[in-house]
Amino acid sequence: MKAWEMPATMVAEMVREGSLSAVEYVSKILERAEETEPRINAYITLLKEQALRRAEEVDRTVARGEDPGRLAGVAVAVKDNIAVRGVENTCGSRILKGYRPPFNATVVEKLLREGAVIIGKTNMDEFAMGSTTETSAYGPTRNPWNPERVPGGSSGGSGAALAAGSATLALGSDTGGSIRCPAAYTGTYGLKPTYGAVSRYGLVPYANSLEQIGPMARNTADLALLYSVIVGHDPRDSTSLRDSDTRLAHVEHIDPSRLRIGVIRELVEDPVDPRVSRAVWSVLSKLESMGASVEEVSLPLVEYALPAYYIIAMAEASSNLARYDGTRYGFRAPGATWEEMVVETRTRGFGWEVKRRIMLGSFILSAGYVEQYYVKALRVRSAVRRALLELLSKHHVLAGATMPIPAPRLGERIRDPLLLYTMDVATVLANLAGIPALNTPADVVDGAPVGAQFMGPPMGEPLLLGVSRLVEEATRFRDEVVQP
Amino acid sequence: MKAVIGLEIHVQMTSLKTKLFCSCPADYRGAPPNTHVCPVCLGLPGALPVVNMEAVKKAIMLALALNCRWVAEKVVFSRKHYFYPDLPKNYQITQFKGGGGMPIAEDGYLELEMGGDVRRVRIRRINIEEDPGRLVYTEGDITSSPEVLIDYNRSGIALLEIVTEPDISSPREARVFLEKLRAIIEYLDIADLDLEGAMRVDANISLPGGSRVEVKNIGSIKEVEKALSYEMVRQKSLLSRGTRVDRETRHWDPVRGVTRPLRVKEEEEDYRYFPDPDLPPIPLPRELVDAAAALLPELPDARMRRFVEDHGLRREIAYALAMDKRLANFYEETLKYYWAPRTTAVMLAVDYLGFLEKNKLRMGEDRLTPKLLAKLVRLVDEEVITPEQGKHLLFRVAREGVDPEEVVEREGLRALRSEDELRTIVRRVVEANPKAVSDAARNPRAVNFLVGRVMKETQGRAEPRLVRRLVVEELRRRGVRVEA
Ligand SMILES: [Zn+2]
Repeated sequence: MKAWEMPATMVAEMVREGSLSAVEYVSKILERAEETEPRINAYITLLKEQALRRAEEVDRTVARGEDPGRLAGVAVAVKDNIAVRGVENTCGSRILKGYRPPFNATVVEKLLREGAVIIGKTNMDEFAMGSTTETSAYGPTRNPWNPERVPGGSSGGSGAALAAGSATLALGSDTGGSIRCPAAYTGTYGLKPTYGAVSRYGLVPYANSLEQIGPMARNTADLALLYSVIVGHDPRDSTSLRDSDTRLAHVEHIDPSRLRIGVIRELVEDPVDPRVSRAVWSVLSKLESMGASVEEVSLPLVEYALPAYYIIAMAEASSNLARYDGTRYGFRAPGATWEEMVVETRTRGFGWEVKRRIMLGSFILSAGYVEQYYVKALRVRSAVRRALLELLSKHHVLAGATMPIPAPRLGERIRDPLLLYTMDVATVLANLAGIPALNTPADVVDGAPVGAQFMGPPMGEPLLLGVSRLVEEATRFRDEVVQP
Repeated sequence: MKAVIGLEIHVQMTSLKTKLFCSCPADYRGAPPNTHVCPVCLGLPGALPVVNMEAVKKAIMLALALNCRWVAEKVVFSRKHYFYPDLPKNYQITQFKGGGGMPIAEDGYLELEMGGDVRRVRIRRINIEEDPGRLVYTEGDITSSPEVLIDYNRSGIALLEIVTEPDISSPREARVFLEKLRAIIEYLDIADLDLEGAMRVDANISLPGGSRVEVKNIGSIKEVEKALSYEMVRQKSLLSRGTRVDRETRHWDPVRGVTRPLRVKEEEEDYRYFPDPDLPPIPLPRELVDAAAALLPELPDARMRRFVEDHGLRREIAYALAMDKRLANFYEETLKYYWAPRTTAVMLAVDYLGFLEKNKLRMGEDRLTPKLLAKLVRLVDEEVITPEQGKHLLFRVAREGVDPEEVVEREGLRALRSEDELRTIVRRVVEANPKAVSDAARNPRAVNFLVGRVMKETQGRAEPRLVRRLVVEELRRRGVRVEA
């Protein structure tokens, strides 16, 4: 088995017992990245020397007879909206060019404590605004399965790095599907945790009330391993759940005959592409043949969820992105006065999609409109949460497509923002409701994967991970590294 | 002419150890620029605020002390958006009524005694918010300086914003209100308001027939009275000439003692308030508020009443003591060593305060202690020395920290009370000043001269009134017709 195809659990175990040198393995991953990056562009920053130095440290720890941790030597890719001390943190935007945070995100501290090797910062839609990784100021990322197609987004770099073998594990962030979407299109497993389960400290905010950092991997065990490292209460994040801990990363053993799955009709029927629906149904019928009960349910609120999601996300984004003004860090355009400099910096520093959302968000929050849009959207959000919890009181998990269409070609969706936004119709539900949701690979359509989505009750990650393992056993879709 | 005055007061909670949302030290005064900063108070992307609960407790205490009838059932922070270089996130975390946000308290009042009348000034609301950084102009001011430096040490310091209804009718009343508010804030151990910039006031004032003028950013209570008096004169003279008083915002120049119009934007600014998604509402159960009410210390009014009723102090003296927490504490501490309330109160509120003012000292910068003062009071109270001697000895004790009992013993300062002894001295003085004696019948000042001579002979150890009586007796005995 080649180093870049190894599961993380295997790498960590071998490094810990001394049968695999972290330096050797990391060098192989870096070689693989050198080979695939020109075609894929999964990384904004590849940390070559730094990763090797870190691997040496891990090897020395092993040589001293000490335990380097549960991620010993494992190459982890980190999305470029998560702070790593001293490493450029661009969020895929020109406006943050050159900004190196003086602090680590809590999840990064946790990775380092467990012996992980951060291999690089992955490409993403600018400030996570997009579903294709095409809005990045550092060029689009291509899908390793089919470079004509997008890898999904906004954590497209993380998904592509896993599929191409230039990382063994990856962190993404999910505001409205940004982990599950690229997981679906790159044939990987991706988990959007319960809101508050993982610390957001160090995650550059796009829409604070919706987003979570989450793990991405090529199999369920790896997914659970990475999740067990990053999960947990953090006093530095006021939205962090007090009772979040590693028990949430436990892969529950599920007796399929006792599993009740509710399939959300709106997420498998028109306008969902029939090829995607077929793939989702094929997964569900495999679970059914193992003994699970599969029942269709309806969630008419789906129609309102997407506009509510975008109103909330844009409102929060317009506020969060106010701080990028060229005064303190990142890109600065010249200007005769401070006001001129700020206007010029923001004009040149932000891309079109970001500007669109700042303008719409500012409008939504302006006096006289805030009640009409924002407050109303919050009411829809509560209704969506209630409806989902109601369904989850009758079914263990809810299922549907992750993405309503197969991976689009580059340029196909990005031209029309409304077309782009409708891609998120199935994923935003979990973000609005704050519940955990996960993508498992389902099938390959037009040479690129599509995924099935499972949502669980709050703190229901062990159940979702258990379902993920069942799906993995049924589909045998695991550890897929492709040659781009 | 009666004015209509409302105040908006910002008070830094200088008694807190840390800033409002991070663990940077709150005591930033005198620190080199940008040394009391961290990712949170610099607004670095991804850093998250965590509420300093001590600040919330202090705010509730103040709300109760100001008789607020409405205290929030949950603490909600909102974002207020505007672009300014001292504001690192380009929004300020504050409190705002609307969109789900609310102040910490509303609908209170403060009672003032104005020349025998009790006046009630209503409190509209109290907010908790963060202080911005500080702009430093290298030359001149905002209009003339070629460059501006920013010091973020102040960024994130906890502020209380207290807004009154326009119930104040004169500049003097504004001062009395602020002095009382200051006393309450000091009693609650919220802030040391002698610190530069710890209290900043915006005042709005209008006269009948004129518009509302706001005077921004006045740095001290005395300056508020001066600025408002200036505005009254300015507006009166405009109105008397039939000129309109425009609704505008002005700036107080304390050096020149004038207000000047501030350039303001044409359109009304829209702050796009919405609840901060990084700070979930903190429930404030009634029991918690009730518990805080039970913990409220004795406040200035109650203390003054106690001084009048239990200690028999004159109202003005009791007020002067009670309005100054440290002075009142000093007073009560002194009484523990020796119980003579009236003598002690006068010595502190009149003689000691006069001494401090004359020498430009703050309490604690001299050497007087309650124990030393108690000894001194006893000497006066037991008529070992005269009140006049006591006053002079007080100055020496405050300057040198000497023990008054030792000084009296060592320097033989015991009061001369023996009338026989004094009569001998009086006779000697009268005989030595025949001209004064012959003038005494026509000129009362000649008697004063003789009394002064005797006082000098006794080195101030005699009671002036006793000396005067003996001088008059002696003159009459010699046939000089003088009035008593
Ligand atoms: Zn700080």
